[in-house]
Amino acid sequence: MNQSDVMILENVSKSFGEDWARESVVENLSLTVKRDQLTAIVGPSGCGKSTIVNLLAGFELPDEGRITLEGKPVSGPSKDSLVVFQETALMPWLTTYQNVVFGPQLRGDMPKNELKSAAESIIDTVGLREFRDKYPLQLSGGMQRRAELARALINQPLVMIMDEPFRGLDAMTRQLMQEFYLRLCEQEARTNVFVTSELEEAIILADSIVVLSNKPASVREMLQIDLPRPRNLDMLNSTEAYEYKRHAMEILHEEAMKSFKGTDTNSDFLEAYSRRA
Amino acid sequence: MSNQNVSSRPTGLQYFLYKSAKALKTPTPYLAFLGITLWLVTYYLLCEQWRIFPFYKVPGPLEVITEWINKDPIWGTSLFTEDYYINIWVSCRRIFIAFALATGLGVPLGLFMGWSQKFKDYAFPILELLRPIPILAWVPLAIVMFAGFETPIIYLATLASFFVTALNTMLGVESIDESYFRAAGCLGSKKHHIFLNVVVPGALPYIFTGLQISIGVAWFSLVAAEMISGDYGLGYMIMDSYMVNKYTTMVMAMLTLGFVGWITSAMVRSAGDRMMQWRERALGQGGA
Repeated sequence: MNQSDVMILENVSKSFGEDWARESVVENLSLTVKRDQLTAIVGPSGCGKSTIVNLLAGFELPDEGRITLEGKPVSGPSKDSLVVFQETALMPWLTTYQNVVFGPQLRGDMPKNELKSAAESIIDTVGLREFRDKYPLQLSGGMQRRAELARALINQPLVMIMDEPFRGLDAMTRQLMQEFYLRLCEQEARTNVFVTSELEEAIILADSIVVLSNKPASVREMLQIDLPRPRNLDMLNSTEAYEYKRHAMEILHEEAMKSFKGTDTNSDFLEAYSRRA
Repeated sequence: MSNQNVSSRPTGLQYFLYKSAKALKTPTPYLAFLGITLWLVTYYLLCEQWRIFPFYKVPGPLEVITEWINKDPIWGTSLFTEDYYINIWVSCRRIFIAFALATGLGVPLGLFMGWSQKFKDYAFPILELLRPIPILAWVPLAIVMFAGFETPIIYLATLASFFVTALNTMLGVESIDESYFRAAGCLGSKKHHIFLNVVVPGALPYIFTGLQISIGVAWFSLVAAEMISGDYGLGYMIMDSYMVNKYTTMVMAMLTLGFVGWITSAMVRSAGDRMMQWRERALGQGGA
């Protein structure tokens, strides 16, 4: 094991369903998450990304293969591999502050005053100081995402797993969140797995991109993204970024075609992708 | 995005006055008043003016109200006689005991059924078997089981209310989005943490919906029980006045029931609003 490898997946397979109608969702997936780097996972929609998130977080266990976090096998959910969820999972009955301290408070692994100052500084970092005593329903979509980031960050996880965290936000807010997250990652390096279906988002944020194959999901290609840091969203217009995008889009398109051959349910998706490529 | 120009939150009476003044600027109170007036006028016309079938035997509003506020009531009961208040008090006390028992038993049972599949497998079939038995069918058994007037009546009201509370609470737990459990799980919460910090608060909205229905059901079965076997209480007052043809008193007791029932369910509602600030504030103030 290399010192810079935080999380390793080796030949992981997972299938669902009854014996006579077994559907393989993840097959022979091997990848490595590097320390202090942002690894993005992209793939055609419906390819099994959510299952991969569940496996990484320990909500599901693999049928075959091994997942290790710092050398230890992942056997269930823990604060070391925290998920920031697709739709907001802030407890609606707790204020921003109460949500942020939820984990450490229940685990009781942080002295009270230390927790208080840690929470306050993290709430400051995500720019929610004035909203610390508001309930999630009183926050806008973007603020909810930031509150959720704060709730994860305070636990100092070994790996942050972002499951399409900016999905469902309007285009403007989404861009702002991407910029915000980019700055956050560049200020203090963290080990990140960022699952998304937006290629541009992946290119601008990631150090490396894992492009998945169509279902059953396995690694189709690993791309190193060597755009200089600090980055900004304008870099998406550079030739390099365009080259990454074109290349990845080609693969995604090919993979999407495969699902098209089998059935016609994905035709809308296919059409959408071909138009953009 | 700044919140600093908002003045500090008013408290107590100030807040109440502010809310009342605001409410008076909406059509709601006037429409409610108009609705009640229209109902009273129709009621008056049908029963006291035109006296058409089947309303000609029903005491009209004027007749009931005059009797109600009569210092020397023709039929013996009004706002100025002691027995009127005894009946209200006795019914309210029974409701309070029954509702407290039903909530104390029903909420925990529902929480556990919703939380643990195993527990649900044990308990739910029994609940579903007993729940459809109409509360009136329990009356003879209740009388056989308990001596006196008080216990069987409270027992019946508790029973009816308990089923509603338990079922709603269970559905409340089942309605909680899986993602909250997942979030709590990966933040490292233990099982009992999840129960107290996710299951209970997450089920509260359903629990309070259930409690509002259950207090209505408690009144329903209480009155039914009081009518069949009772010594005091509003149900007894209705039945007793019917037996001796005091129809005016009977209608008075019915309207009193309406008022008291309304007040109790408003109390449950406001208790719920207090416990669910997170919903109140979000809905009431339209976010930040």
